[in-house]
Amino acid sequence: MRYGTGPEVLRDVSFTLPPGSFHFMTGASGAGKSSLLKLMYLALRPSRGLITLFGRDMARLTRADLPELRRQIGVVFQDFSLLDHLSALDNVALPLRMSGAGEAEVVEHCTEILRWVGLGNHLNALPSTLSGGQQQRVAIARSVINRPRLLLADEPTGNVDDGIGMRLLYLFEEMHKLGATVVIATHNEALIRRFNHPRLHLENGRLHVMPAQSAHWA
Amino acid sequence: MALPPLRRKRFDLPLAKDPTSRFLTWLTALMVYLAALSLAGALFVSDMARRWDTGLAGGLTVQIVPLPAGSATLNERTEAALTVLRSTPGVKSATALTTDDIGRLLEPWLGKEAADPLLPMPRLIDVVTDGPVDTTALTARLKSAAPGATMDDHAVWLADLRRFAGALHLAALAVMALIGGAGVMAVVFAVRAGLAIHKHVVELLHLMGATDRYVARQFESHVLSLTLRGGLGGLVLAVATLAGIGHAAAGLKASLLPTVTINVWHLALLAVVPVVACLLAMVTARWTVLRTLESLP
Repeated sequence: MRYGTGPEVLRDVSFTLPPGSFHFMTGASGAGKSSLLKLMYLALRPSRGLITLFGRDMARLTRADLPELRRQIGVVFQDFSLLDHLSALDNVALPLRMSGAGEAEVVEHCTEILRWVGLGNHLNALPSTLSGGQQQRVAIARSVINRPRLLLADEPTGNVDDGIGMRLLYLFEEMHKLGATVVIATHNEALIRRFNHPRLHLENGRLHVMPAQSAHWA
Repeated sequence: MALPPLRRKRFDLPLAKDPTSRFLTWLTALMVYLAALSLAGALFVSDMARRWDTGLAGGLTVQIVPLPAGSATLNERTEAALTVLRSTPGVKSATALTTDDIGRLLEPWLGKEAADPLLPMPRLIDVVTDGPVDTTALTARLKSAAPGATMDDHAVWLADLRRFAGALHLAALAVMALIGGAGVMAVVFAVRAGLAIHKHVVELLHLMGATDRYVARQFESHVLSLTLRGGLGGLVLAVATLAGIGHAAAGLKASLLPTVTINVWHLALLAVVPVVACLLAMVTARWTVLRTLESLP
């Protein structure tokens, strides 16, 4: 994987995520975590190589096939990427509305999930009036509202204290138990130790897959 | 029973706050105003041409000029011409205009003295036809029966008028096409500006699985609401302008000028202008968004 004519940021990366698995993605800044996540949520296409997602070869798919696949992927962006002019509920509702869900269903599900993440009293609040932790929970609620088959998070606990970070991880665990495949890019070693899952460790653009039992290495 | 509260249409993209929004409304108002005036002009010209047609077609004018002494008198030749005309198949009636009638026709050029008996005035016969007339044969028979008689079947005059009306129609169409073209360019500009301003949001929606049509619909709805407001404003202004012109023209007694009165048919056609403008704007917005989003993976 390379950007334009620049150097390869990812090379010889080969791994398989079994359905329903949970992985942490680690690596120093600039190691290629965000690029790998972008490849996984179809924001980028690889310069060379093969990506198979949900059993479908990406190279064989047309551009028109991708929206439906993207709707099966939940993403928590590092900067939350909430829409400032929409309420918390309308932000969470975006994936459902894109899928063509009815308005009554949208309101019911979004209210339910926002209560689940502890924001039942902030349904109509604009993101600018919410704290960083609350915004992060809105972003997570949005990423899981559609029951995605693949859930990706880029430093989801980066801007919150450990207590909230732990709570967010429990939300991801819940989604994992419901059958989602989860990949969380994080630097938070405490969380990695607490939740014993395999790691995808990136170093100089290369990937090392580390099983859960050896995840206690420094 | 309590009515449900009105819910404003929700846009995922905050397009309403864009600086281009107000510009597009005003521009649409101006364009619809100009297009409606052009269309009204074309309609009035059509009415005028139809009046000329019905007034002049189906009729002939025979003129008998005075001849030097020694010939039959003007009255005798007029009577002879009338006899020929009334016996011609296709002629419904033939009426000689009186000296007073001719005087009135010439009055704008010759003044009150036009009916002076000393002036050598030609005689005119107004012929109304109700079927095809062989004008060549009729002219020959007239010349033989009434020397100095000439016949005008208005063909040249009517052809000129029809050509003139056609040219005005084409000009009106060209003006409307130019206005439409300018409108399309304005919408393309506004939509591209909107896409650039909200690039981050558009990309986010794209990554979340929004289809290009989903994003395009947001722009279409937004552009529709802007152009509808502008279009209605432009139409109201155009109708008011035409009513004003009609009021001013009512004082003129110039029968060759088109009648500037708006009837229901005119109003219905003028109301189509903002509708077409809105449809054109929506299609343009959709096309622009779809073309632009093709660059996303």
